[in-house]
Amino acid sequence: MMRRQRLGDTLFRAITRGFAFGVLLLLGAIIASLAAGSIPAFRAFGLGFLFSTAWNPVKDTFGALPAIYGTLVTSFIAMMLAVPLAFGIAIFLTELCPPLLRRPIGTLIELLAAIPSIIYGIWGLFVLAPVLQSTLQPMLIGSLGEIPLFGALFAGPPFGLGILTASIILAVMVLPFIASVSRDVFLTVPPLLRESAYGMGATTSEVIRNIIIPHSRIGIVGGVMLGLGRALGETMAVTFVIGNAHHIQASLLAPGTTISATLANEFTEAVDQIYTSSLVALGLILFVITLIVLALANYMLWRMGSQEGA
Amino acid sequence: MDTMLYRRRHATNYLILSMSFAATAAGLLVLFLIMWSLLKNGISALGFDFFTQNTPPPGRSGGLMNAIYGSLVMTAVATAVGTPVGILCGTFLAEFSRSSRLAMTVRFINDILLSAPSIVIGLFVYEVMVVPMGHFSGWAGSMALAILVVPVVVRTSENMLSLVPASLREAAFALGAPQWKVVILVVYRAALQGMLTGVLLAVARIAGETAPLLFTALNNQFWSTDMNNAMGNLPVVIFQFALSPYADWQRLAWGGALLITLAILSLNIIARFLANWSSFEK
Repeated sequence: MMRRQRLGDTLFRAITRGFAFGVLLLLGAIIASLAAGSIPAFRAFGLGFLFSTAWNPVKDTFGALPAIYGTLVTSFIAMMLAVPLAFGIAIFLTELCPPLLRRPIGTLIELLAAIPSIIYGIWGLFVLAPVLQSTLQPMLIGSLGEIPLFGALFAGPPFGLGILTASIILAVMVLPFIASVSRDVFLTVPPLLRESAYGMGATTSEVIRNIIIPHSRIGIVGGVMLGLGRALGETMAVTFVIGNAHHIQASLLAPGTTISATLANEFTEAVDQIYTSSLVALGLILFVITLIVLALANYMLWRMGSQEGA
Repeated sequence: MDTMLYRRRHATNYLILSMSFAATAAGLLVLFLIMWSLLKNGISALGFDFFTQNTPPPGRSGGLMNAIYGSLVMTAVATAVGTPVGILCGTFLAEFSRSSRLAMTVRFINDILLSAPSIVIGLFVYEVMVVPMGHFSGWAGSMALAILVVPVVVRTSENMLSLVPASLREAAFALGAPQWKVVILVVYRAALQGMLTGVLLAVARIAGETAPLLFTALNNQFWSTDMNNAMGNLPVVIFQFALSPYADWQRLAWGGALLITLAILSLNIIARFLANWSSFEK
């Protein structure tokens, strides 16, 4: 009887351990299969694949640079738009909001994160893009577009679709992630510190600047990186509004493409091996970039968590 | 007294706080605008035909019955496969090995998989299932979704199991129960509601996922219950129909978008209620 129970213990522990190993294996398997799939592309184009701007399915020449450029630029602009807004929301929820409303408003903001990517895409295409085309974009072209050099960023006709529209949609999508991580991090500031500062006569904005932000710096950076990781890999919403053009253009109003949008648009149409392999190679590049960003993000949030215990 | 300084400090404070108020208002406004356009454009499509007809060729009327069915089945299969895997892995992390090197690594990797781009998961399943099988299939779509379920369930079940008080476990051990009985009969039961919340959130996460289905389940415009074949599903149909030039198709896409969003938002709200309810009990 005892022996059977002990056998049950060993078995149960071994099974759960096996599944834990499974999660590790999964990551390894994803990297291995993408690497294997991208061998033909790297064999054909070498490392030049990363720096070439060619994308011609008819002649079978492919380069990753326009897609990498689009991915990085849209994510970067999205972060510039989303981070200040997310901090604003986090500050509102922790410092300003009456306690009774804290939960409902926090929940509504988090529901923004639950809306699927494709819904943002369809909304961006049919609702946001026409509005931007008739209002914000002509305004940018008329004002910032007139400045020498810098104006190149806002040159050309207002298409509606393009890098800027994709960035705005991405900003809305990562906003709730950054806001909720920042809120949680702000809440780890010991009430004693906060109250001491108020007791010395500090205003709310001084408490935020001198107590809360210094105390939660690593966590904030972690939250921002987490948002960046999401933005880099976001697919459907971007596919709808980016315009899908394999060019690098200075203007943010011009259409472009990202790695994920290229995959979503072209993968099922790619017939020959080198085309498919180039697309898988793009996927591998995307996965490696997001892995690095997410690993840094989680490391920072983990350090924040262990600091809290000390 | 330097009243200028006071006035400046209060002005700065007022400015910062009103900006944070404006940011929150902007966030809520976007949510409201999205819901409003979904209702305005989608509600007219949700008729009897919508649920009882298959996806039509351009220019004909129809519904999304085959796509709704495909989405339901693939989501169910993915949840059924992903949940046990996630719970067992979470059990290992919470019950057997809280701070071993393996547990730390698994936790770290799991958090990365939680935010990994879903389109890459689609590529992975394409490479390991669609290529060897030689065709797109509902099974491949379900597998891609199951891979997305696992990290969500691992994370929530580990958290929920860790919340179960140690005294409960000790009481069961004192009665002479072996660890596997303690975990299954005592700890799982105590954490049931929390784990259910995690599963609901995972379902909400995969229900609208489009990217991983593009290269796995693909799509099927006809009624098909064969999981071994390309399978219709709501997200991919919305994608194709929304980008088409046909007004009928676009109307159906809005209807599908409204349906998915309502389903996902209600799942999220139910999951939150469950979570609150269980935390009140403790």
